[in-house]
Order: sequence, then C-alpha cells, then structure tokens
Amino acid sequence: AMDTDLSSQDRKDLDKFIKFFALKTVQVIVQARLGEKICTRSSSSPTGSDWFNLAIKDIPEVTHEAKKALAGQLPAVGRSMCVEISLKTSEGDSMELEIWCLEMNEKCDKEIKVSYTVYNRLSLLLKSLLAITRVTPAYRLSRKQGHEYVILYRIYFGEVQLSGLGEGFQTVRVGTVGTPLGTITLSCAYRINLAFMSTRQFERTPPIMGIIIDHFVDRPYPSSSPMHPCNYSSRTTGEDNGATYPSVEDSQEVCTTSFSTSPPSQCVFTVTKAHFQTPPPVVMDTLKVPMMGLAFSHQLSSSRLSYQPAALGVGSADMGYPVIFAGGLNAAHPHQLIVPGKEGGIPPVLSQPAHGTQADHERMAMCTPLDGALYSAATPSSSEDTETVSNSSEGKSGSPHDLLETIFVRKVGAFVNKPINQVTMASLDIPFAMFAPKNVELEDNDPMVNPPDSPDVESPLQGSLHSEGSSGSSTGNTHDDFVMVDFKPAFSKDDILPMDLGTFYREFQNPPQLSSLSIDIGAQSMAEDLDSLPEKLAVHEKNVREFDAFVETLQ
Amino acid sequence: MNCRSEVLEVSVEGRQIEEAMLAVLHTVLLHRSTGKFHYKKEGTYSIGTVGTQDVDCDFIDFTYARVSSEELDRALRKAVGEFKDALRNSGSDGIGQISLEFYQKKKSRWPFSDECIPWEVWTIKVNVVNLVSEQERQICREKVGEKLCEKLINIVEVMNRHEYLPKMPTQSEVDNVFDTSLKDVQPYLYKISYQITDSLGSSVTTTMRRLIKDTLAL
Repeated sequence: AMDTDLSSQDRKDLDKFIKFFALKTVQVIVQARLGEKICTRSSSSPTGSDWFNLAIKDIPEVTHEAKKALAGQLPAVGRSMCVEISLKTSEGDSMELEIWCLEMNEKCDKEIKVSYTVYNRLSLLLKSLLAITRVTPAYRLSRKQGHEYVILYRIYFGEVQLSGLGEGFQTVRVGTVGTPLGTITLSCAYRINLAFMSTRQFERTPPIMGIIIDHFVDRPYPSSSPMHPCNYSSRTTGEDNGATYPSVEDSQEVCTTSFSTSPPSQCVFTVTKAHFQTPPPVVMDTLKVPMMGLAFSHQLSSSRLSYQPAALGVGSADMGYPVIFAGGLNAAHPHQLIVPGKEGGIPPVLSQPAHGTQADHERMAMCTPLDGALYSAATPSSSEDTETVSNSSEGKSGSPHDLLETIFVRKVGAFVNKPINQVTMASLDIPFAMFAPKNVELEDNDPMVNPPDSPDVESPLQGSLHSEGSSGSSTGNTHDDFVMVDFKPAFSKDDILPMDLGTFYREFQNPPQLSSLSIDIGAQSMAEDLDSLPEKLAVHEKNVREFDAFVETLQ
Repeated sequence: MNCRSEVLEVSVEGRQIEEAMLAVLHTVLLHRSTGKFHYKKEGTYSIGTVGTQDVDCDFIDFTYARVSSEELDRALRKAVGEFKDALRNSGSDGIGQISLEFYQKKKSRWPFSDECIPWEVWTIKVNVVNLVSEQERQICREKVGEKLCEKLINIVEVMNRHEYLPKMPTQSEVDNVFDTSLKDVQPYLYKISYQITDSLGSSVTTTMRRLIKDTLAL
C-alpha cells in the first residue's frame, strides 16, 4: 500500500538514491579512517557524475566490499547497513571502535518530493557525515595509525551489533532524511572506553630511519591470537562466531586471492617468495578488509619491512605516514602510473607531512594535476553504475603470483623531490614497520632507545662488526636484530665516500660504551680514588714547600 | 518568518582563536553551500559539485572538513583575522562574539533600498584565556579540540532539523538567495560581524563590520 502512492519513476529514483547514498556513506567513512587528509576539488560545471553534488571519490575496493555486503538489497526496516571500524595492534589485539549505522525506519513522509527534496537532504546528510567523521575519537586514532596499529573496516548488512563496543559507548546522530518509504537514519555508536588505547600512548617517536625490524624470521607468531572469519556471510546470517574458520593456509590463500583479484587500477602487493610459507601472523588472518591505505597490512607480516620517513627532521608522531596509494596502474607495466581518468581507479589521496596552512597551500597545488577526474557512480539519470570498474576486478582469478608488487607513491614531503605521479619502486618502501610481536620489544631492540649494556662477555660492537663482515645486508643474521634493506635516504648520495648512509649507520650503530660511563668501572675507579686520597694528601703535604715556591714564581 | 538563532560558546587561548572560529564557520558554510547553479532554458537548473578538504589545526588537536574554495576560505580568514585583532587590541578581558548571518534579499521598489532579511544566525561567543605553563597549553590543545568536537555535533544537529531554508530561486531571483560571486561554490547569502565586550560587560567597541558579499547591490 505504501508503494502505490509513489509513482514508479519516483520509486526507481528513490531506490537509486538510497543505493548510491549507502555507497557514498561507506566511502566517506572509510576514507576518513585511512589516516590521511582528504581533498577533493569543487567544480562549477556539473559533470553529471557526482552523486549528491559532492566530490566524493570512489575507492573501487571499498565500493566492491559495500556492494558485496548489500548483495543487491537496500537498507530497510530491520536491515541496516553497518560499517564497523576497528583497531588492530601489531600484537594481534583488536578492538571495535565505532559502528556507523545506516538504518531505515517505518516513519514515512509521503508528501516529500523525491527527486528534489530527498536528494538535497541526502546531500546535506553526506556533508554532515563528512563533518562528524572527523570528530569522533577514532579519527585522531586513525591519523596516528601505522606504527603500532592499523584501522580496519568491515561492512555488514542486517542487524546492528553494538556489543563489541564495550560499556558505556556513546551515540551520535549524524542526521535523518524522511522519504515516502521510510526515514533514513545515519548514526554512529563509538567506544569511549579507550583506556588502554589513548592517543597519547601512540604518540611515539617516528621509527628510526632505515631500520628494518625483522621479527618474523626467528620468532614464530603467537598462536593464541584469534582468527577472524574471512567471509561476511557468516555474520549476516547470524551464525555465531564459532562457525568454521578457515585454516591458516586457507585464509592465507584467500588473502592472496583477494589481493590478486584487485583490479589493475589498484596497487598490488609484493611478498617475497621465501616468506610466503611462513605461518601468517594474526594481522594477515584478520580478513576484515583493511583500510585502503593500509591494505598491504595483510602482507606486511611476511615481508621485509623498510620504511623511510617522507621528510627528514620531522618530529611528531603524526608524520609517520610517508606513503600514499596511487591508483591507475597499468597491468602490463606495473611500475607505471597511469593518470587517473583513463582506467578508473583511485586518484591519489594526497597528504602532507606538515601541518598548517603552509602544507594546505602546497597540497592544493598538488591536487590540481590529477584531481580532475571523478570516480563516483553513475549520473542520477543513467542506469549504469560502476559495475564496469568492479567487474574488471572480479574477472581476474587468483593469479599464481608468488610475487605481488607493492607500489607506492611517496607522499611528497619537503625533502623528496619526486614528482607526485612518479611511482617509486618495489623496493619495499613500506612505511609500517610496527608489526613487531610486542611493542615493548620494539623499543627494547632499538639501540637508540636502549643502548647496549657495556658487555662483559661479548661486545655488541664486536658482534655487529663481525656480522657486518659475515652477512650481506639483506639476508639478516641471528645475531643481528636489525637488517638493512635497500635504504635510500634523502641526501645520501656522496661521491666522495663510496659508503652510503645506510651502511655507515649500520657499521657504527653499536659503538662500545665509553668506559667512564660504565657503572662498574666508574664505581671502581671512584672507590680507588677515595682509597688513594689519604696517601696523595700525605705526599702533597710533604712537598708543600716545593709547591709554595712554585706558586711564588707565578706571582 | 522567524530567524532562528544558534549560539555557541568556546574558551580558547589567544593563538587558538582563528582556528577555532574557522572550524565552526567552515562547518556551518559546508552545510550552507551548494554547487554553482546553471540554469537551463526550461527553467530547470543543474548544480555544480562541491569538493571538500581536511584542515589540520596547528594550535588545537583538531581537524575539520571545509568546502574546497579558496575564495571562501580567504573571506572567512579575513573576517576571523579582524575579529582576532579586535579581541587582542581591545584591552578587554578578551570576551567577544562573532556572528555568521544568512539572509535573503527582498527587492523593494524605488526609493526604498533592498531589505536584508536574516533567516539563520550563528553566534560564537569567545572567551580568551591566558595560560602560562607549557603543560597547561598542551592540555588546552586537547580540551579545545574536544570542545570543538562537541560544537560540531551541535551544528550538525541543527542542520538536521531541516527547518526553514529559502526556496530554490528562479534565475532572476538567485542573487537574492545565494552569493553567486564565487567561482566554484555557491553559499547562501551571508554576512559576518563581530562585537567585543569589555570587562564591564558593556559593548565598548561595538565594531560592527559588515563583510557584505553582495556589495554589487549598491
């Protein structure tokens, strides 16, 4: 009876509006948790392809996940679309931070004009969503991600599940829009019990340049960490979490598959073959789909990690994200970045290492060349949508690549002189070296934080010098906790000294402690000094006349 | 028609004034700006696209999204800069308020000049605090950031009420409703004014500066 009041054209329009509203909602939320600042351009000429008159980019993988979750349905009464944002530490602990809910209730507004008022109000609601996504606690956490934790998202459709948010979670309503079919409500329930996850805890100093923490060669991953099911359907059909979990190998396979089925317009990931067989740590097993900017977290566990801060001299923890994703890769030439617009994909999401208006101005200039293209779904008037883009990805089966390549575009920082659309190579410039089994260990192994104790048995200097000679830099060494791989720091070119900064650093990273600083020796000499004092005094007293005479000669 | 009025209050350090004001004003204008209208022959119109960008504050632990329009940003920065200078120079306790007013123009017949009828006014009351220690400043950064989060939630709540908005105008009326002078976006007609109060509570420097965006009407 509800439907007969609505013309069929209006009904069609409304369904389309709701569908694309849901997709855009997911994009806004996920993009706001990538850990980067978002920037899109205004365009005075209507391009006819920006839904709700807003420039919101479409990350294809995200659209794909959203469509998968919706499975052709629309939010309706009792069937809500939820985007769950959670945090996962390098140790494998995870915690739900927020649930964004797009719900429909039965309160209908029959009088409202679909193609006009509803559309404009949905646009307003998206603007509110843009504002609110920057304001919940998870935003600041997500901006600091990368060193010790990542932010993951998961989309599900059905009943809202808030139990994972802990006690006392809060709700913020983003807004509502009445339609002839019901009232659309968008809200966010967020955890406030972040006691052990305060943002301050994660304001660590940026990782030291060039150090690779290779924890996965010698130390197998703790097996107690839970694995999460890969498929969403087990959630939406209400099966409990005890449902069959994919085995370790299976999930590994699925991970691989999902990555290699990524459309060519996305980044692909490199895992060195040797490590592919190592048991995947929990991070890899969490098949909640990670944020776009961090999608390769799945692979980080089994690859050598190296990173370089984008800009030297950068102090705050916020600067830890030297890498952004670039879209538009040509499958035939994986190292070549295609200008977006030709093949679809993600236009670079630009971010700057520095805060402040200076950075903003720089960023605006950079938005210019590549930001002209738009990726939203079809125009309101057309019936096609981005199926073509996502279909190209679904068509690809898991290719038997043992090597997937990681390609990054360096965030253009002050000291990086690469143009924005040049791809830096698969030298594994991955920024997140935080997947150490334990945070504490990370710091403990860090010679800058804990200088090696003055040794009585084996000096670290001896150890490192020996290992320097014995092993190549990339194979690692059981004596060494640090392995240097392909480090290309800025300013490192020096024709005079054939040694590059990385090698230099490595050679001299473990100098022996000054003996005077060593407590034992110091204490010992102090005791000696004290003991010898009376003797010395006696000698001086004996020679007092000589001293006096000497002093007189000076006067 | 009544003009609805919303009042927000913030306590900030001197160096935080501009960023806090910009965060609030930009959030309001994000909701009160559309893409440029392009009227077509049959009396219909199409709407341009509004882009957004994130702004990190330097002195507050806060990030907000604003409309991607340099012209609009410049206009707001100019107004906020003047407000900040007035606050600092007034020698007062550092209490003032800045108002963002949305209005419609109603054309009157000669010899009467056009009327400006406000339909929504946002007022931000500012209380400037002076902090001495670095630790206090750090806490202030965070506290003000949290406060701004609350303010933005309040703003969004108001926006969601879907209360009176001017009717979408015909081509001939568009300049009575929207500011069409910007090249990339189209906010509703607005003006910004401010007021500084001295420690006695009376308005010593009632500096009502009007940054009228549609001065072409002169």
